[in-house]
Amino acid sequence: MNEKYETHEHDVLIIGAGGAGLRAAIEALAQGASVGVICKSLLGKAHTVMAEGGIAAAMANVDQADNWQVHFRDTMRGGKFLNNWRMAQIHAQESSERVRELEQWGALFDRTEDGRILQRAFGGHTFKRLCHVGDRTGLEMIRTLQDRGVQMGFDVYMECTVTRLLKDGDRVAGAFGYWRENGRFVLFKAKSIVVATGGIGKAWSITSNSWEYTGDGMALAYDAGADLMDMEFVQFHPTGMVWPPGVQGILVTEAVRGEGGILRNRLGERFMEKYDPKRMELSTRDVVARAIYTEVREGRGTEHGGAFLDISHKPAEYVKRKLPSMYHQFLELADVDITKEPMEVGPTCHYVMGGVRVEADTAQSSLPGLFAAGEAAAGLHGANRLGGNSLSDLLVFGRRAGLAAAQHAKTTSTPALDGREIEDAERELLTPFERKDGENPYNLHSDLQEVMQAQVGIFRTEEDLQSALTKIGQFKQPSEQFSITGSRMFNPGWHLCRDLKSMLTVSEAVTRSAIARRESRGAHSRIDYPKLDPEWGNKNNVISRRADRMELRQEPIPSIPEDLQALLAEEKGTGA
Amino acid sequence: MAEAVLRIFRGTREGGEPVEYRVPVATGMVVLDALHYVQKHQAPDLAVRWNCKAGKCGSCSAEVNGRPRLTCKTRMDTLPQDKPITIFPMKAFPVIKDLVTDVSWNYKVNKKIPPFQPRKGVEWKMYQPDIDRVQEFRKCIECFLCQNVCHVLRDHGKQEEFGGPRFFVRVAGLEMHPLDGLSRTSLLKDELGLGLCNITKCCTEVCPEGIRITDNAIIPLKERVVDEFYDPLLRLVRKIRNAGKPAPE
Ligand code: SF4
Ligand code: SF4
Ligand code: FES
Repeated sequence: MNEKYETHEHDVLIIGAGGAGLRAAIEALAQGASVGVICKSLLGKAHTVMAEGGIAAAMANVDQADNWQVHFRDTMRGGKFLNNWRMAQIHAQESSERVRELEQWGALFDRTEDGRILQRAFGGHTFKRLCHVGDRTGLEMIRTLQDRGVQMGFDVYMECTVTRLLKDGDRVAGAFGYWRENGRFVLFKAKSIVVATGGIGKAWSITSNSWEYTGDGMALAYDAGADLMDMEFVQFHPTGMVWPPGVQGILVTEAVRGEGGILRNRLGERFMEKYDPKRMELSTRDVVARAIYTEVREGRGTEHGGAFLDISHKPAEYVKRKLPSMYHQFLELADVDITKEPMEVGPTCHYVMGGVRVEADTAQSSLPGLFAAGEAAAGLHGANRLGGNSLSDLLVFGRRAGLAAAQHAKTTSTPALDGREIEDAERELLTPFERKDGENPYNLHSDLQEVMQAQVGIFRTEEDLQSALTKIGQFKQPSEQFSITGSRMFNPGWHLCRDLKSMLTVSEAVTRSAIARRESRGAHSRIDYPKLDPEWGNKNNVISRRADRMELRQEPIPSIPEDLQALLAEEKGTGA
Repeated sequence: MAEAVLRIFRGTREGGEPVEYRVPVATGMVVLDALHYVQKHQAPDLAVRWNCKAGKCGSCSAEVNGRPRLTCKTRMDTLPQDKPITIFPMKAFPVIKDLVTDVSWNYKVNKKIPPFQPRKGVEWKMYQPDIDRVQEFRKCIECFLCQNVCHVLRDHGKQEEFGGPRFFVRVAGLEMHPLDGLSRTSLLKDELGLGLCNITKCCTEVCPEGIRITDNAIIPLKERVVDEFYDPLLRLVRKIRNAGKPAPE
C-alpha cells in the first residue's frame, strides 16, 4: 500500500451524497458491504436539497386511473422516445415502492383527505402524480436518506473532492482526491465505485445549479475510459428568476404551474395557447422554455427579459401553504409578493439528460466496477426530462446501483493501486501553485460560461456550435496554466482550477454531440435543422476517450419489445 | 454605482484579523454576492461555504454586522452603507479558515439520536392536521445559526453535555411523528441536556426557516421529560396508553 497518503478502503465507494448517492449507499449497506461516501460539500447540502416540486410515482392516490404503464408512456413521450425503454420501464414500475419506503423511514409527505400521500399535477404527466412536501420535497428526501444512512453506518468523507479514478488494468480500483479543508491528498481503494455526482450546470452563466455542479463524475468516468451518452440534451428549466441580477437563474419550481400558475407576456397574452394549446402551462419543459425564450426574442418580454408567471388568483393562504419557499424567496430577494403580483421568470440551465452510459438493470458503466446513477447517468430521460422524474430516478437507480455495486464487490478481488497514476494526479493538482503570472481561474470560468450560454443554449446553429468548440479548445490551453495564490487550506480558487477541467470536458462533449445531431428533438433545438428526423430517432450519440482525443459515434437505441411498443403506439408520431 | 466596504475576517485557527475590501453594489445584491465578488476580483482564496444561494441549504451562515445570518438572504440594501459591513464566521464553532467553521460537532450529536421507528403493525395513514407541527420541524435546513446563538454553547461551551436547539427540533420531529413508537426522553434529559435550556428564545429569533423552536419544540419536550421522570402518575397513564409500543432501547 502507498505509505505516503492517508488511505481508506471500502467494498463500495460512492462519489456524491445527493439522493442517488445516499440511496445507493443504503442499499450497499443492506447487502453487507462496507461503504464510503464522498461529498464535495457538507452532508445534506447536495443539490437534491434544492429540489422543490416532488417525486413522480404512479401511486394513484389522487387519480385512480394512474398506473405504471401511463407513467412509462409519459416518460417516453416527454423524452421524445429516445429514452432507454428498459430504464423507463423499471423507473415507472419501482418508483411507488421507493416512495413508500421513504415514508417508512420517516419522511412526511403532504396528505390526501383520507390520509394517504398527496400527489400534484406537473408538466407532461397525464395524472396527478407528484408526491410532495409543499415546495421543499428534496429537503425531506435528503434528510430522510441521510439519517437512515448514518444510522446504518456508512463512513462519510465530507468536503472532499475526487480528482481521478484509479485503475487496476481495465477495472476500477479506487480514487484520488483532496480534502477541501486542508488541501491534503487522500486515497481511496475500492472494488466498486458509484458515480452520483449530479450535473453540469455551472458551465452556463444562467443556471439553477450550485458550485458543485461541474460535471466531475462524468469527466472522471470519461477520463478513466467509460462511455458518455446523450450529452447534447441539456434541460433549460422554463422558470428561473430573472431579476434582480444577483438571483438570476435561481429556480422557480414547476409546482407554481402545477398549482395553477399562468404565464403571460408583456402584452398580457396567455402565450402558451400558441405553443401547446392542449397542455398550456403544463406542457413539457423543453416546449415552455422555448416559448418564453421566443416571446422575449420577439419583443414581448417583460422589463427584465422574461415572462410573467402569476399565481395571485389563488387564495393567499393556499399559496403560502403549498409554495412557502417561493413566497419567501420572492418577497425577500425580489420584493415581490407572489400572492398579490406576478413573478418575472425566464429559462435557466437546470439539468442534463445525458451522462455516463449505463446498463439499464444494474447501472453498470462500460468500465468494469464503475457504476453511475441519478443525473450523472444517461438513458432514462431521453431527449427531455419530465419534472418530478428526477427525484424518482435518484431513488430507483440509486438503489439499483448500490445493489449491483455491492454484488460486484462480493465477486471481485481487492484491486491494486498504481503508484505512477497517483503521482501524476498529485502533480496535476500542485502545478497551479508553482506557476507565477498564469491565468486566473475565475476569469476563465466566466468566459466559458458566456460561450456556453450564448452558443450552446436553448437554440443552436452549426455556426455557433463550431465557434464554441473552437473556443473550448482554446480555453483548454490556459487551463493548463493557471496560477493561484494562497495556501492549500480551503482555497476556492485552487479548487476551481480542477473543477474547470471537468467543466471543459463536459462542455466539449455537449458541443460535439450537439453538432452531430442535425435535427431538433426535445431539449436540443437546431435553428438550422428545426424538424424531428426519424433517422436520428433511432440513435444515441456516444462519446469516449481514444488516446487523448474525444471520439463521437452513433449507436442504435435498443429496440422496444412488442408489449411496450403497443403502449406507445397511439402516442408515437405526435411530433416534437 | 454605489460602493460598499466589507470588513471580512481572514484567518485560521491560529488567528487572523478583518481585512477591508471595496465592492460595487448592484440592485438586489446579497452579502454572498459581495463575497463572491471579492473572491473573483481580489482574494481568490477567500474561504466561504455556499450551495443554493436561495436560503434552502443552510451552508452560508456567518455573522453580518454582529448578527447571525444566511449571507445569501441578507440584502446589501438592508445594511447601513455609510460604514463598513463586518462579516465574521460563526462564533460558537472553531474557525477553519476565513468564514468557514468546523461544524462537525453537530454531526456527532445527530448520530446519538435514535431514528424514526414505526410502531409495530401500524397502518400507513396519517392526516394533515396531525403532521402539520412535525412538518414545521422538518423545515430545518441545518444552518446551525440557532446553535451559534444559544448561550449554552456560545458562551458556556457546554458542547459535551448539551445538544442544542437544532437537535431539540430534530427530536421533536421524531417524538411527535404520529406513527413513531420510541421514547427519547431519557436521551433528552441525560445526553442532550435539555434541562440546561432556560427558554431565552434566542434560537427562535435567528431561525431563517421561522421554526418556533422554543415554543413548539423545546417547551413540549420539556413537558414530556417532566411527565416521564417526575410525575409517576402521568407516567403510569402513559405507560398504559402506550402499551403495545416497543420498549425504548
Ligand atoms: S431557548 Fe434554550 S436552546 Fe434556545 S437559545 Fe435559549 S437556552 Fe438555547
Ligand atoms: S432550527 Fe432553524 S436556525 Fe436551527 S439549524 Fe434549523 S433552520 Fe437553522
Ligand atoms: S447558500 Fe444555501 S442557504 Fe445560503
